[in-house]
Amino acid sequence: MKHMVWKCCLLLAIVLAAMPLYAWQSSSSATPSSQSLSPSPQAANSLGDKVAQLDQRVTSAQSSADNAWMLVCAALVLMMTGPGLALFYGGLVRQKNTLAIMMQSFMLMAVISVMWALVGYTLCFGGNGPVIGGFEHAFLRGVGAEPNADYAGTIPQMTFMVYQLMFAIITPALITGATAERMKFSGTVLFMVLWFLFVYAPLAHMVWGKGGLLNAALGGKFPTLDFAGGTVVHISSGVSALVCALYLGKRTGFPKQPMPPHSLVLSFIGACMLWVGWFGFNAGSALASSSLATSAFAATHFAASAAALSWSAAEWIKNGRASALGAISGAVAGLVAITPAAGFVAPMPALVIGLVAGAFCYWMVTRVKAIFGYDDALDAFGVHGAGGTIGALLTGVFASQVINPIFGAGKAVGGVDGHWGQIGNQLVGILIAWAFALVGTLVLLKIVDLITGLRVTEDDEIEGLDITQHGEEAYNLEA
Amino acid sequence: MMKLEAIIQPSRFESVKDALREVGIEGMTVTEVRGHGRQKGHTEVYRGREYTVDLLPKLKLEMVLPDRLVNTVVDTILKTAKTGKIGDGKIFLSRVEEAIRIRNEERGESAL
Repeated sequence: MKHMVWKCCLLLAIVLAAMPLYAWQSSSSATPSSQSLSPSPQAANSLGDKVAQLDQRVTSAQSSADNAWMLVCAALVLMMTGPGLALFYGGLVRQKNTLAIMMQSFMLMAVISVMWALVGYTLCFGGNGPVIGGFEHAFLRGVGAEPNADYAGTIPQMTFMVYQLMFAIITPALITGATAERMKFSGTVLFMVLWFLFVYAPLAHMVWGKGGLLNAALGGKFPTLDFAGGTVVHISSGVSALVCALYLGKRTGFPKQPMPPHSLVLSFIGACMLWVGWFGFNAGSALASSSLATSAFAATHFAASAAALSWSAAEWIKNGRASALGAISGAVAGLVAITPAAGFVAPMPALVIGLVAGAFCYWMVTRVKAIFGYDDALDAFGVHGAGGTIGALLTGVFASQVINPIFGAGKAVGGVDGHWGQIGNQLVGILIAWAFALVGTLVLLKIVDLITGLRVTEDDEIEGLDITQHGEEAYNLEA
Repeated sequence: MMKLEAIIQPSRFESVKDALREVGIEGMTVTEVRGHGRQKGHTEVYRGREYTVDLLPKLKLEMVLPDRLVNTVVDTILKTAKTGKIGDGKIFLSRVEEAIRIRNEERGESAL
């Protein structure tokens, strides 16, 4: 009996001694398993196990830091739509349409979120087709705590998913700037849902999705540089906005009847929130709390500032005064233009991009709009379409491998690196985004026009969308 | 009894009101109005679109006065509402037939 006990003890000792050896081998071959973290006193004594534990902790610490930053960024980008864009647009319309335009942004926060959970995410980021994603993540199947190494290897895929959702919300919301003050609520919601499925999702997949036709990092045929959404968000929404404005026609009374913004104070608050939220949009597009995020943050800020200055300067020269609306519009134009470039350019090129964008968009909304006479009510095309296009082009000029060696270490990225061919790639991306938005929007408008109709009656338009579409008023000051 | 209507610059209202109280005016009705006489409006520009705003905000004071106070009140308003620029407004006087206090049906000047 005593012999048996001794034999058992010996066996146990051998097993325990072998465990650290096993742990060493497993840690050197692959990512540490959770077993190697078991706090057995013998295991902790092994150097190999300590390394494995350290490795695990470093990974976990990086993941925590990145995850914290990315969750904050997701919230910041949501803030851009509500209240940022809702206030910005809400102040620019006439009093009788304030709630209607705010409601459109808010409804998109709700509707696109639901669509995103069901099929949106997987259409954008599932699969690896050239034009549209697959259905592997339909209903968010398989989207959880594990990272998706193709997109963001250090944060839970759930974080990546919710961050990208916020982009899908603001993009259609931008279009409401062109349809403001005359489009039906029912038509707006139906159009936006279809637009999200048939225009946004394919474009997002083409530019950002694995295997997408225009993807610069994951094997695209025409590698278009678009750090945070110059083509996907701004060109797509801006060009669609122009199509909507042309299809809907002018607001009743435009341009004879004065239609001044009813509260530039609201617009001012909204624009400042957009500026702050844009840090989440652009710096967050680094998808990690990295030095690239810092670089994108700085570029974003400098471009916004420069564009506010150049729009104001243009106005000052033209009208003899710099207006508040001009300054905030310029800042937004600069933010739009730096969006594709944010993670590719240093601060000095960012200043140049901002300066060009501010003056260019000023010219677009004052001169070009007047020449063609379309009623892009709140200048969604003039700022987002035009700013996004000029930004995407200038990204091809100024992208630098020092900031972001996206094509591999030491390989030239943009024109200033000597890779002028990138401008060609940018042009292809721009053209595809323009064409896709143009055709897609036109077809969808036709369909929605047949189902719900697009435009309110003239009587309803004169009475205002707040009362006729929603049965309420923005300001009951005497109540 | 005379009815006095004065259209004045909103910025002068506080001075006018204080001065009228000093000369013993106890009641008035004030309305925010818009209009213009010889004063031209101004131009506002929103993203390149120009709007001419020619109806400017003014205040309209209305009061019905016993005859003995009319001259004092007119003088007071002239003195305090004047900035010397176009757009200072106007005073209109008209005769009033009757005044009736609703609470106790008092009539005439004692109802004022």
